[in-house]
Amino acid sequence: MPVDPMLSEYSDLLFKGALTVYVLAMVFYAVEYVSSRARVRTAVAETEAAHEPAAVGARGTGSADLGVVSEENADVPPPAAKAPKPSRSRADRFGRMGVSLTILAVLLHLGSIVLRGLATTRWPLGNMYEFTSAVCLAAMVAWLVVLQRTSKRTRGLRKLGVFVLAPVLILMFLAGTVLYAQAAPVVPALRSYWLAVHVTTVTLASGLFFVPGVASILYLMKRAGKPAGFTAKLPEADVLDRLAYRVTVVAFPMYTFAVIAGAIWAEAAWGRFWGWDPKETVAFVAWVIYAAYLHARATAGWRHVGAAWINILGLAAIIFNLFFINMVVAGLHSYAGLG
Amino acid sequence: MSSPPTAPPAAPESPPQPPRRPGGGRAVLALLRNAWRGLTSMRTALVLLFLLALASLPGALLPQRSLNQQLVDQYFADYPRLAPLLDKVGAFEIFATPWFAAIYLLLMISLVGCLTPRSLEYLRAMRQKPVATPRNLARMPHHAEGVVDGTPDEVLGRVRTVLKGWRRAERDESGARSVSAERGFLRETGNLVFHMSLVGLLVGIAVGKLFGYEGQVIVLANGGQFCNTSILGYDSFNPGLRVDGTDLAPFCIKVDSFTAEYLPNGQPEQYTAELGYQTADDVRSGDTATWRPDTLAVNHPLRLDGERVYLLNHGYAPRFTVTWPDGQQRTGEIQWQPVDTTTYLSQGATKFERPGIADDATRQKSSIAITGLFAPTSSGGQVVTSTYPDLLAPEAAVDVMRGDLGLDDGRGQSIFSIDQSKVDSGELVRVARENMVPGQEITLDDGTRIRFDDVTQWVALQVSHDPGQVTVLVFAILVLLGLGLSLSIKRRRFWVRVVPADDGPDGRARSRVELGGLARTDRAGYGEEFDRLRADLLGPTDAAAPTTRNGGD
Ligand code: HEM
Repeated sequence: MPVDPMLSEYSDLLFKGALTVYVLAMVFYAVEYVSSRARVRTAVAETEAAHEPAAVGARGTGSADLGVVSEENADVPPPAAKAPKPSRSRADRFGRMGVSLTILAVLLHLGSIVLRGLATTRWPLGNMYEFTSAVCLAAMVAWLVVLQRTSKRTRGLRKLGVFVLAPVLILMFLAGTVLYAQAAPVVPALRSYWLAVHVTTVTLASGLFFVPGVASILYLMKRAGKPAGFTAKLPEADVLDRLAYRVTVVAFPMYTFAVIAGAIWAEAAWGRFWGWDPKETVAFVAWVIYAAYLHARATAGWRHVGAAWINILGLAAIIFNLFFINMVVAGLHSYAGLG
Repeated sequence: MSSPPTAPPAAPESPPQPPRRPGGGRAVLALLRNAWRGLTSMRTALVLLFLLALASLPGALLPQRSLNQQLVDQYFADYPRLAPLLDKVGAFEIFATPWFAAIYLLLMISLVGCLTPRSLEYLRAMRQKPVATPRNLARMPHHAEGVVDGTPDEVLGRVRTVLKGWRRAERDESGARSVSAERGFLRETGNLVFHMSLVGLLVGIAVGKLFGYEGQVIVLANGGQFCNTSILGYDSFNPGLRVDGTDLAPFCIKVDSFTAEYLPNGQPEQYTAELGYQTADDVRSGDTATWRPDTLAVNHPLRLDGERVYLLNHGYAPRFTVTWPDGQQRTGEIQWQPVDTTTYLSQGATKFERPGIADDATRQKSSIAITGLFAPTSSGGQVVTSTYPDLLAPEAAVDVMRGDLGLDDGRGQSIFSIDQSKVDSGELVRVARENMVPGQEITLDDGTRIRFDDVTQWVALQVSHDPGQVTVLVFAILVLLGLGLSLSIKRRRFWVRVVPADDGPDGRARSRVELGGLARTDRAGYGEEFDRLRADLLGPTDAAAPTTRNGGD
């Protein structure tokens, strides 16, 4: 099938556009982060507020989780200090713009991937450029969903945007340069609807894993409290930990599904459902690491710091599998469109 | 907490310590028991999972024999000191080493030992009434209270409707009524299904490793046939541990044609082979005249009763005819091996023994071999190279060798090359070197004529047999379902305590209601549901009051 050069060119343009807008968004998040305040004091005030006896009859004192105070609480202005402080409102404005820009960039990014599919009349996940781009999109969408789901109660997570965007931008940059491949049809082995099922779910899951990976890194920094100036502005450790867990439990079953779908496809394409091909092996390793993460959370002594380290290791395995295995190790999965 | 004897507190997360029994004879038993307890602890599972991940990693980083023997040989050449050491610990066949097996078998034992008691516990808990309402609900992570209209009986009626779908128990306390409710038992079900299915999965894989096999064979795509009657029919064969090749299902395949479609840049678009087949039952019943048609393609294997046939690769087989001076003629057509997978430049050796000569020595001396390179689309120069994988302008650059091919020496030799030692010893001599296109003929010094007739395609087929495959698929799906249940469902408890309150200003009966909530095993995501229940039972809160305090929950 012929490739439509015009659509493919527009796709590339949208990709560049998305990259540019992400950079802008990151700048805004960075400004928000820098101009936001460490809220230790406020948090203490809020703790006291939370422990005030419920005066009115039908008033839930909610769930203060036995003394653990989260950043989210802190962000609800204490009743006495309803008027926002000037610095905060500036941070807030920048943060809001950061989110709007992110949404715009995500739309451009999505457009770029859709146009690639239209240009080649195939599922647009056929080489390293395409699925690195899609992993980044998945990570950003996951991030927006997290923001949306927590926005009712908090804006405390929003300024973390800068930390999620940083690795995503690096990947996008690599995708657009080193990994870039012209729009083209794919080899016979990739002509299967299992491509859509398997690669899409792998991509989504990998993208999702970025959020907990970043959250766990920040969690460890927050617990260590170093560097102090930096970590003081982070949300409470507890919030970061929960964020990591909640996104992981969505990504992990998706990843499991993706691996199983890959095995079903391998059975149809290569004659066996599992053959310890390097890509399969590292997928297995990553899967076991995430299983270990979930176990660690149920194991005394591993629940906190240990689990966070394991989560980071899991993301490392995912990234290693995405890049190193495709580019360096020869295997059946090496049709990445490089060289 | 008030815990009446009928409702013991929550199941302990770890097994209770047994009373210590010092004593000689029991020491061994105690040791065993401790070892077992150690093995089935959560911490051991964690360590074993780590070991499993770590042990698999070399499988991705070092070349593996099962995947590519040549890369392993290369590694030995590159690291002559290190490679033998690595080989000693099985690093080039990680997934077949005893220590890798030891890790996953220990993990499985640990898993069964850990989860069996847990599932019994769980069955017991399911039959028991939900745990009694703690005396002080304000100590619960989720808590609310309020005064609402209605007598305690009316309130309890409302509670029952709101808590539809929860397991409930109502109890009379002194001066109060309480409801304890529990939900989310499916989480534990999911967890068990998940872990037990992992064992099932392993069993399915083991069955495949024992009773399965894989064989590769090259068949000419001009009506060439292959029957699965013995291992000898294959070019290579990997039997399972309990497969000796004596009772293969005797199906047959006849490859009628092969088609490859290419893009202008030479990238393949699709490969298809038209074939006919006879199932094992056809063959056993003697019905060998008819062939069932099928089209084989990449991603589209032929699925027989227990075997699957795959199209793995393809290539070219140039056909030559040799006519000796005495008029004897032989036609040879054998696969040449692609040496460049993008242009399908191929190399090979087509070998002919001279017919019609009774004397062994003379016959051997005048055998002919045609070796060299074949280009499906020749560049057309003096040096033949291929520019495109399709058969557009075929040309062969051949050396014609005459002499003793060494075919009777009893040593196996490659079908793609001649025995170089015969060339070195002068028993096999080059008598012509020529570039030939189909139809072209050359005549040797002794009058022997060699004609390049035509080119045929061949296909490489793989036959796979894995009796454990369906089992593996079923358990993989169960793994997924179990995981979904166990990660999406929260086990949680909810308590309501109702006491009569003073009548309201309008003289109607009122009750004081206290609510408590606790999420077990998992900390995330109960707050919103609790808030909803609270709103249903206590009515809307005033807007200023934040509903849930630890927001993420
Ligand atoms: C083949 C190895 C294993 C794998 C891949 C595995 C994987 C998992 C996964 C993904 C979960 C998360 C599901 C959940 O939270 O409910 C989990 C939970 C759990 N696993 Fe395993 N597991 C394995 C072996 C074991 C073993 C050996 C034990 C016992 C020692 C065990 C005990 C548990 C328990 C008790 C939970 C529930 C934790 C909780 O309540 O949150 N698992 N496992």
